[in-house]
Amino acid sequence: MSAERDTALAAYTLRLGDDALVASHRLAELAARGPQLEEDVALANISLDLLGQARSLLTYAGSLEERLTGVLRTEDDLAYLRDEDQFANCRLVELPNTDFAYTVARQLLFSAYQFELYTALAGSADETLAGIAGKAVKEVAYHRDHASGWTVRLGDGTEESSERMAAALEAAWPYTAELFTSDAVFRSVAASGLGADPPDLRPAWDVFVDGVLAEAGLARPEVPPITGPAGMGGRQGVHTEAFGYLLAEMQHLHRSHPGAAW
Amino acid sequence: MTADADPDLDRIAEEVASVPDPEMPMLTLRDLGILRAVERGADGRPVVVVTPTYSGCPAMEAIRADVRERLERLGHVGAEVRTVLSPPWSTDWITEEGRRKLAEHGIAPPSGAAPVGPVPVRLSVKCPRCGSPATRTLSRFGSTACKELRVCEACREPFDHVKPL
Repeated sequence: MSAERDTALAAYTLRLGDDALVASHRLAELAARGPQLEEDVALANISLDLLGQARSLLTYAGSLEERLTGVLRTEDDLAYLRDEDQFANCRLVELPNTDFAYTVARQLLFSAYQFELYTALAGSADETLAGIAGKAVKEVAYHRDHASGWTVRLGDGTEESSERMAAALEAAWPYTAELFTSDAVFRSVAASGLGADPPDLRPAWDVFVDGVLAEAGLARPEVPPITGPAGMGGRQGVHTEAFGYLLAEMQHLHRSHPGAAW
Repeated sequence: MTADADPDLDRIAEEVASVPDPEMPMLTLRDLGILRAVERGADGRPVVVVTPTYSGCPAMEAIRADVRERLERLGHVGAEVRTVLSPPWSTDWITEEGRRKLAEHGIAPPSGAAPVGPVPVRLSVKCPRCGSPATRTLSRFGSTACKELRVCEACREPFDHVKPL
Protein backbone atom coordinates (compact mmCIF):
# COMPACT_ATOMS: atom_id res chain seq x y z
CA MET A 1 0.00 0.00 0.00
CA SER A 2 1.40 3.41 -0.91
CA ALA A 3 2.20 5.94 1.80
CA GLU A 4 -0.11 8.48 0.21
CA ARG A 5 -3.01 6.07 0.21
CA ASP A 6 -2.30 5.12 3.82
CA THR A 7 -2.11 8.77 4.88
CA ALA A 8 -5.48 9.56 3.33
CA LEU A 9 -7.08 6.43 4.77
CA ALA A 10 -5.80 7.23 8.27
CA ALA A 11 -7.13 10.81 8.08
CA TYR A 12 -10.45 9.58 6.69
CA THR A 13 -10.92 6.92 9.37
CA LEU A 14 -10.12 9.49 12.06
CA ARG A 15 -12.84 11.80 10.71
CA LEU A 16 -15.43 9.03 10.84
CA GLY A 17 -14.30 7.99 14.31
CA ASP A 18 -14.46 11.57 15.59
CA ASP A 19 -17.97 12.01 14.17
CA ALA A 20 -19.18 8.91 15.99
CA LEU A 21 -17.38 9.76 19.25
CA VAL A 22 -18.66 13.32 19.52
CA ALA A 23 -22.20 12.37 18.51
CA SER A 24 -22.08 9.65 21.15
CA HIS A 25 -20.92 12.04 23.84
CA ARG A 26 -23.66 14.58 23.13
CA LEU A 27 -26.28 11.87 23.63
CA ALA A 28 -24.54 10.51 26.71
CA GLU A 29 -25.01 13.94 28.29
CA LEU A 30 -28.73 13.18 28.38
CA ALA A 31 -28.41 9.92 30.33
CA ALA A 32 -30.73 10.22 33.34
CA ARG A 33 -32.02 13.52 31.91
CA GLY A 34 -34.24 12.25 29.10
CA PRO A 35 -37.74 13.71 28.80
CA GLN A 36 -39.26 10.34 29.75
CA LEU A 37 -37.90 6.99 30.87
CA GLU A 38 -38.22 5.22 27.50
CA GLU A 39 -36.52 8.13 25.77
CA ASP A 40 -33.73 8.16 28.28
CA VAL A 41 -33.08 4.50 27.53
CA ALA A 42 -33.33 5.09 23.77
CA LEU A 43 -30.83 7.97 23.73
CA ALA A 44 -28.39 6.02 25.89
CA ASN A 45 -28.68 3.01 23.57
CA ILE A 46 -28.00 5.12 20.50
CA SER A 47 -25.07 6.73 22.28
CA LEU A 48 -23.69 3.28 23.08
CA ASP A 49 -23.95 2.11 19.45
CA LEU A 50 -22.09 5.24 18.35
CA LEU A 51 -19.44 4.71 21.00
CA GLY A 52 -18.90 1.16 19.77
CA GLN A 53 -18.47 2.45 16.22
CA ALA A 54 -16.10 5.17 17.48
CA ARG A 55 -13.96 2.63 19.34
CA SER A 56 -13.54 0.43 16.25
CA LEU A 57 -12.84 3.41 13.99
CA LEU A 58 -10.40 5.17 16.33
CA THR A 59 -8.54 1.94 17.08
CA TYR A 60 -8.19 1.37 13.34
CA ALA A 61 -7.16 4.99 12.70
CA GLY A 62 -4.48 4.62 15.37
CA SER A 63 -3.11 1.46 13.80
CA LEU A 64 -3.03 3.02 10.31
CA GLU A 65 -1.20 6.00 11.74
CA GLU A 66 1.31 3.69 13.44
CA ARG A 67 2.23 2.17 10.08
CA LEU A 68 3.15 5.66 8.88
CA THR A 69 4.80 7.13 11.96
CA GLY A 70 5.89 4.13 13.97
CA VAL A 71 4.08 5.60 16.97
CA LEU A 72 0.87 3.99 18.19
CA ARG A 73 -1.96 6.07 19.59
CA THR A 74 -4.68 3.95 21.19
CA GLU A 75 -8.40 4.73 21.06
CA ASP A 76 -8.06 6.39 24.48
CA ASP A 77 -5.09 8.50 23.39
CA LEU A 78 -7.10 9.72 20.43
CA ALA A 79 -10.29 10.38 22.39
CA TYR A 80 -8.82 11.94 25.51
CA LEU A 81 -5.45 13.42 24.69
CA ARG A 82 -6.04 15.52 21.62
CA ASP A 83 -6.96 19.20 21.71
CA GLU A 84 -9.86 20.84 19.96
CA ASP A 85 -8.04 21.74 16.74
CA GLN A 86 -6.88 18.13 16.31
CA PHE A 87 -10.43 16.76 16.14
CA ALA A 88 -11.75 16.26 12.62
CA ASN A 89 -15.46 15.69 13.29
CA CYS A 90 -18.13 17.62 11.44
CA ARG A 91 -19.54 20.49 13.51
CA LEU A 92 -23.13 19.21 13.30
CA VAL A 93 -22.46 16.50 15.91
CA GLU A 94 -21.08 18.95 18.46
CA LEU A 95 -24.17 21.21 18.52
CA PRO A 96 -25.55 21.34 22.07
CA ASN A 97 -28.76 19.73 23.35
CA THR A 98 -30.49 23.10 23.67
CA ASP A 99 -33.87 21.40 24.02
CA PHE A 100 -35.19 18.00 23.00
CA ALA A 101 -36.11 19.22 19.51
CA TYR A 102 -32.46 20.23 18.96
CA THR A 103 -31.35 16.73 19.89
CA VAL A 104 -33.92 15.24 17.51
CA ALA A 105 -32.96 17.58 14.65
CA ARG A 106 -29.26 16.82 15.05
CA GLN A 107 -29.94 13.09 15.20
CA LEU A 108 -32.20 13.17 12.15
CA LEU A 109 -29.71 15.01 9.96
CA PHE A 110 -26.70 13.09 11.23
CA SER A 111 -28.17 9.58 11.27
CA ALA A 112 -29.54 10.06 7.73
CA TYR A 113 -25.98 11.03 6.69
CA GLN A 114 -24.37 8.11 8.54
CA PHE A 115 -26.86 5.72 6.97
CA GLU A 116 -25.83 6.69 3.43
CA LEU A 117 -22.17 6.77 4.42
CA TYR A 118 -22.11 3.31 5.98
CA THR A 119 -24.22 1.87 3.17
CA ALA A 120 -21.55 3.04 0.73
CA LEU A 121 -18.66 2.00 2.98
CA ALA A 122 -19.98 -1.54 3.43
CA GLY A 123 -18.63 -2.04 -0.09
CA SER A 124 -15.24 -0.48 0.67
CA ALA A 125 -12.12 -2.10 -0.76
CA ASP A 126 -10.70 -1.83 2.76
CA GLU A 127 -11.83 -4.94 4.64
CA THR A 128 -11.74 -3.39 8.09
CA LEU A 129 -13.78 -0.34 7.14
CA ALA A 130 -16.23 -2.51 5.23
CA GLY A 131 -16.65 -4.70 8.30
CA ILE A 132 -17.24 -1.79 10.67
CA ALA A 133 -19.69 -0.15 8.27
CA GLY A 134 -21.56 -3.38 7.51
CA LYS A 135 -22.17 -3.79 11.23
CA ALA A 136 -22.95 -0.12 11.93
CA VAL A 137 -25.41 0.45 9.10
CA LYS A 138 -27.95 -1.87 10.71
CA GLU A 139 -27.69 0.05 13.98
CA VAL A 140 -27.93 3.42 12.29
CA ALA A 141 -31.12 2.30 10.53
CA TYR A 142 -32.70 2.19 13.99
CA HIS A 143 -31.24 5.60 14.94
CA ARG A 144 -32.64 7.15 11.80
CA ASP A 145 -35.99 5.52 12.40
CA HIS A 146 -36.04 6.88 15.95
CA ALA A 147 -35.20 10.46 14.93
CA SER A 148 -37.68 10.37 12.03
CA GLY A 149 -40.46 9.25 14.36
CA TRP A 150 -39.82 12.12 16.75
CA THR A 151 -39.49 14.69 13.96
CA VAL A 152 -42.94 13.69 12.75
CA ARG A 153 -44.45 13.61 16.24
CA LEU A 154 -43.12 17.05 17.12
CA GLY A 155 -43.55 18.62 13.69
CA ASP A 156 -47.06 17.28 13.27
CA GLY A 157 -47.94 17.75 16.95
CA THR A 158 -49.10 20.90 18.70
CA GLU A 159 -48.44 24.44 17.57
CA GLU A 160 -45.76 24.73 20.24
CA SER A 161 -43.98 21.46 19.36
CA SER A 162 -44.10 22.24 15.66
CA GLU A 163 -42.57 25.69 16.15
CA ARG A 164 -39.82 24.33 18.33
CA MET A 165 -39.02 21.50 15.91
CA ALA A 166 -38.85 24.01 13.05
CA ALA A 167 -36.55 26.29 15.09
CA ALA A 168 -34.26 23.39 15.94
CA LEU A 169 -34.02 22.31 12.30
CA GLU A 170 -33.23 25.82 11.24
CA ALA A 171 -30.44 26.04 13.80
CA ALA A 172 -28.85 22.73 12.73
CA TRP A 173 -29.34 23.11 8.98
CA PRO A 174 -26.41 25.48 8.26
CA TYR A 175 -24.05 22.73 9.47
CA THR A 176 -25.32 20.13 6.99
CA ALA A 177 -23.39 21.58 4.03
CA GLU A 178 -20.18 20.46 5.71
CA LEU A 179 -21.34 16.82 5.62
CA PHE A 180 -21.26 16.89 1.84
CA THR A 181 -18.15 18.98 1.22
CA SER A 182 -15.23 17.18 -0.40
CA ASP A 183 -11.52 17.82 -0.10
CA ALA A 184 -8.24 16.09 -0.99
CA VAL A 185 -8.61 13.38 1.68
CA PHE A 186 -12.15 12.46 0.63
CA ARG A 187 -11.27 12.50 -3.05
CA SER A 188 -8.24 10.30 -2.45
CA VAL A 189 -10.08 7.58 -0.53
CA ALA A 190 -12.95 7.67 -3.01
CA ALA A 191 -10.59 7.34 -5.98
CA SER A 192 -8.96 4.26 -4.47
CA GLY A 193 -12.31 2.64 -3.64
CA LEU A 194 -11.65 2.80 0.12
CA GLY A 195 -14.11 5.51 1.08
CA ALA A 196 -17.02 7.61 -0.10
CA ASP A 197 -16.85 11.10 -1.59
CA PRO A 198 -19.34 13.15 0.47
CA PRO A 199 -21.11 14.88 -2.46
CA ASP A 200 -22.13 11.43 -3.73
CA LEU A 201 -24.06 10.81 -0.51
CA ARG A 202 -26.18 13.93 -0.83
CA PRO A 203 -28.94 12.90 -3.29
CA ALA A 204 -30.15 9.94 -1.19
CA TRP A 205 -29.88 12.03 1.99
CA ASP A 206 -31.99 14.77 0.42
CA VAL A 207 -34.69 12.32 -0.60
CA PHE A 208 -34.87 10.79 2.86
CA VAL A 209 -34.83 14.04 4.84
CA ASP A 210 -37.34 15.70 2.51
CA GLY A 211 -39.65 12.72 2.95
CA VAL A 212 -39.54 13.01 6.75
CA LEU A 213 -40.03 16.78 6.67
CA ALA A 214 -43.02 16.41 4.35
CA GLU A 215 -44.62 13.87 6.68
CA ALA A 216 -43.93 16.17 9.64
CA GLY A 217 -45.47 19.15 7.86
CA LEU A 218 -42.20 21.06 8.15
CA ALA A 219 -40.56 23.17 5.49
CA ARG A 220 -36.97 22.57 4.46
CA PRO A 221 -35.04 25.45 6.11
CA GLU A 222 -33.71 28.06 3.74
CA VAL A 223 -30.62 29.19 5.58
CA PRO A 224 -27.09 29.52 4.21
CA PRO A 225 -24.23 27.26 5.35
CA ILE A 226 -22.03 28.46 8.19
CA THR A 227 -18.32 28.12 7.59
CA GLY A 228 -15.42 29.06 9.82
CA PRO A 229 -12.56 31.42 8.95
CA ALA A 230 -11.29 31.03 5.36
CA GLY A 231 -14.07 28.54 4.63
CA MET A 232 -12.68 26.03 7.10
CA GLY A 233 -14.76 23.77 9.31
CA GLY A 234 -14.65 20.74 11.55
CA ARG A 235 -12.69 18.59 9.11
CA GLN A 236 -9.85 21.14 9.34
CA GLY A 237 -10.07 21.35 13.13
CA VAL A 238 -12.10 24.57 13.23
CA HIS A 239 -15.02 23.97 15.59
CA THR A 240 -17.95 25.74 17.22
CA GLU A 241 -17.65 27.39 20.60
CA ALA A 242 -19.70 24.62 22.19
CA PHE A 243 -17.07 22.02 21.30
CA GLY A 244 -14.44 23.21 23.77
CA TYR A 245 -16.87 22.75 26.65
CA LEU A 246 -17.80 19.29 25.40
CA LEU A 247 -14.16 18.22 25.25
CA ALA A 248 -13.41 19.68 28.67
CA GLU A 249 -16.09 17.50 30.21
CA MET A 250 -15.33 14.42 28.14
CA GLN A 251 -11.56 14.51 28.73
CA HIS A 252 -11.36 15.85 32.25
CA LEU A 253 -11.39 12.54 34.12
CA HIS A 254 -8.80 10.86 31.93
CA ARG A 255 -6.47 13.85 31.95
CA SER A 256 -6.74 14.40 35.71
CA HIS A 257 -6.36 10.71 36.53
CA PRO A 258 -4.30 9.10 33.75
CA GLY A 259 -4.95 5.39 33.46
CA ALA A 260 -8.10 5.48 35.60
CA ALA A 261 -10.27 2.43 34.94
CA TRP A 262 -13.65 1.18 36.14
CA MET B 1 -3.16 -26.43 11.78
CA THR B 2 -4.00 -29.56 9.88
CA ALA B 3 -7.37 -31.20 9.64
CA ASP B 4 -6.26 -33.97 12.02
CA ALA B 5 -8.75 -34.79 14.74
CA ASP B 6 -8.18 -32.72 17.86
CA PRO B 7 -10.54 -34.13 20.49
CA ASP B 8 -9.17 -31.71 23.06
CA LEU B 9 -10.12 -28.77 20.86
CA ASP B 10 -13.60 -30.25 20.36
CA ARG B 11 -13.99 -30.34 24.11
CA ILE B 12 -12.79 -26.75 24.41
CA ALA B 13 -15.28 -25.67 21.74
CA GLU B 14 -18.07 -27.46 23.58
CA GLU B 15 -17.18 -25.70 26.85
CA VAL B 16 -16.99 -22.28 25.23
CA ALA B 17 -20.29 -22.78 23.42
CA SER B 18 -22.02 -23.43 26.74
CA VAL B 19 -20.85 -20.20 28.41
CA PRO B 20 -23.96 -18.13 29.24
CA ASP B 21 -24.53 -14.66 27.84
CA PRO B 22 -24.13 -12.20 30.73
CA GLU B 23 -27.16 -10.07 29.82
CA MET B 24 -29.54 -12.85 28.78
CA PRO B 25 -28.18 -15.74 30.86
CA MET B 26 -30.87 -18.16 29.66
CA LEU B 27 -28.92 -18.19 26.37
CA THR B 28 -25.51 -19.71 25.74
CA LEU B 29 -23.03 -18.21 23.29
CA ARG B 30 -24.11 -20.97 20.89
CA ASP B 31 -27.81 -20.12 21.26
CA LEU B 32 -27.10 -16.46 20.59
CA GLY B 33 -25.04 -17.28 17.50
CA ILE B 34 -22.09 -15.06 18.41
CA LEU B 35 -19.46 -17.82 18.59
CA ARG B 36 -17.72 -17.91 15.22
CA ALA B 37 -14.80 -20.29 15.67
CA VAL B 38 -12.62 -22.11 18.16
CA GLU B 39 -9.13 -22.76 16.81
CA ARG B 40 -5.57 -23.24 17.89
CA GLY B 41 -3.15 -20.36 17.60
CA ALA B 42 0.40 -20.75 16.26
CA ASP B 43 1.64 -21.50 19.79
CA GLY B 44 -1.07 -24.13 20.36
CA ARG B 45 -3.16 -22.00 22.72
CA PRO B 46 -6.90 -21.86 22.04
CA VAL B 47 -8.21 -18.92 20.04
CA VAL B 48 -11.92 -18.18 20.43
CA VAL B 49 -13.49 -15.96 17.79
CA VAL B 50 -16.68 -14.10 18.73
CA THR B 51 -18.75 -11.37 17.08
CA PRO B 52 -20.70 -8.68 18.96
CA THR B 53 -24.47 -8.32 18.57
CA TYR B 54 -24.12 -4.51 18.46
CA SER B 55 -20.94 -2.40 17.96
CA GLY B 56 -21.10 -1.02 21.47
CA CYS B 57 -22.36 -4.14 23.24
CA PRO B 58 -20.96 -3.75 26.77
CA ALA B 59 -21.31 -7.49 27.41
CA MET B 60 -18.32 -8.26 25.18
CA GLU B 61 -15.82 -7.53 27.96
CA ALA B 62 -17.67 -9.83 30.33
CA ILE B 63 -17.93 -12.55 27.67
CA ARG B 64 -14.18 -12.39 27.03
CA ALA B 65 -13.46 -12.72 30.75
CA ASP B 66 -16.00 -15.54 31.19
CA VAL B 67 -14.58 -17.55 28.28
CA ARG B 68 -11.02 -17.18 29.52
CA GLU B 69 -12.01 -18.14 33.04
CA ARG B 70 -13.92 -21.21 31.86
CA LEU B 71 -10.91 -22.37 29.83
CA GLU B 72 -8.50 -21.70 32.68
CA ARG B 73 -10.51 -24.07 34.83
CA LEU B 74 -9.90 -26.70 32.14
CA GLY B 75 -6.19 -25.96 32.34
CA HIS B 76 -5.89 -23.74 29.24
CA VAL B 77 -4.24 -20.61 30.53
CA GLY B 78 -3.95 -17.53 28.31
CA ALA B 79 -6.58 -18.37 25.71
CA GLU B 80 -7.10 -15.58 23.22
CA VAL B 81 -10.59 -14.23 22.61
CA ARG B 82 -10.68 -12.40 19.29
CA THR B 83 -13.52 -10.16 18.14
CA VAL B 84 -14.52 -9.97 14.49
CA LEU B 85 -17.18 -7.67 13.00
CA SER B 86 -17.57 -9.22 9.59
CA PRO B 87 -19.87 -10.72 8.54
CA PRO B 88 -22.13 -8.76 10.88
CA TRP B 89 -24.20 -10.66 13.40
CA SER B 90 -27.86 -10.95 12.57
CA THR B 91 -30.77 -12.07 14.73
CA ASP B 92 -31.18 -14.87 12.16
CA TRP B 93 -28.17 -16.47 13.85
CA ILE B 94 -30.09 -17.06 17.09
CA THR B 95 -30.74 -20.81 17.09
CA GLU B 96 -34.17 -22.45 17.31
CA GLU B 97 -33.21 -23.60 20.78
CA GLY B 98 -32.30 -19.99 21.64
CA ARG B 99 -35.67 -18.72 20.39
CA ARG B 100 -37.50 -21.30 22.46
CA LYS B 101 -35.58 -20.33 25.61
CA LEU B 102 -36.21 -16.61 25.05
CA ALA B 103 -39.96 -17.15 24.73
CA GLU B 104 -39.93 -19.38 27.82
CA HIS B 105 -38.40 -16.53 29.77
CA GLY B 106 -40.93 -13.94 28.64
CA ILE B 107 -38.78 -12.33 25.95
CA ALA B 108 -40.24 -12.32 22.45
CA PRO B 109 -37.76 -13.83 19.98
CA PRO B 110 -36.89 -11.68 16.93
CA SER B 111 -39.58 -11.27 14.33
CA GLY B 112 -40.64 -8.55 11.96
CA ALA B 113 -38.19 -6.66 9.81
CA ALA B 114 -35.42 -4.20 10.55
CA PRO B 115 -36.15 -0.61 9.50
CA VAL B 116 -34.31 -0.61 6.19
CA GLY B 117 -35.73 0.60 2.91
CA PRO B 118 -38.12 3.50 2.38
CA VAL B 119 -41.20 1.73 3.75
CA PRO B 120 -40.27 -0.53 6.64
CA VAL B 121 -42.48 -3.58 6.79
CA ARG B 122 -43.55 -4.48 10.28
CA LEU B 123 -44.79 -7.96 11.01
CA SER B 124 -46.59 -8.58 14.25
CA VAL B 125 -44.71 -9.73 17.32
CA LYS B 126 -46.51 -12.28 19.47
CA CYS B 127 -46.89 -11.64 23.19
CA PRO B 128 -44.62 -14.19 24.90
CA ARG B 129 -47.10 -14.47 27.80
CA CYS B 130 -50.55 -14.87 26.20
CA GLY B 131 -49.61 -15.42 22.55
CA SER B 132 -51.73 -12.56 21.23
CA PRO B 133 -50.40 -10.94 18.05
CA ALA B 134 -51.95 -7.60 19.16
CA THR B 135 -48.83 -5.97 20.56
CA ARG B 136 -47.24 -2.60 19.98
CA THR B 137 -43.86 -0.95 20.46
CA LEU B 138 -43.45 1.24 23.55
CA SER B 139 -39.85 2.11 22.73
CA ARG B 140 -37.54 0.88 19.98
CA PHE B 141 -34.78 0.70 22.56
CA GLY B 142 -34.88 -1.45 25.68
CA SER B 143 -32.90 -2.76 28.62
CA THR B 144 -30.04 -3.96 26.39
CA ALA B 145 -28.81 -2.87 22.96
CA CYS B 146 -30.48 -5.84 21.27
CA LYS B 147 -33.99 -5.46 22.71
CA GLU B 148 -36.98 -3.17 22.36
CA LEU B 149 -39.84 -2.65 24.79
CA ARG B 150 -43.35 -3.70 23.73
CA VAL B 151 -46.75 -4.03 25.37
CA CYS B 152 -49.52 -6.55 24.72
CA GLU B 153 -52.95 -5.05 23.98
CA ALA B 154 -54.68 -8.28 25.04
CA CYS B 155 -53.13 -9.06 28.44
CA ARG B 156 -51.69 -5.55 29.01
CA GLU B 157 -48.29 -6.95 30.01
CA PRO B 158 -45.16 -5.12 28.88
CA PHE B 159 -42.38 -7.36 27.53
CA ASP B 160 -38.95 -7.29 25.90
CA HIS B 161 -38.51 -8.22 22.24
CA VAL B 162 -35.18 -9.07 20.64
CA LYS B 163 -35.50 -6.68 17.70
CA PRO B 164 -34.60 -7.94 14.26
CA LEU B 165 -31.15 -6.90 13.07
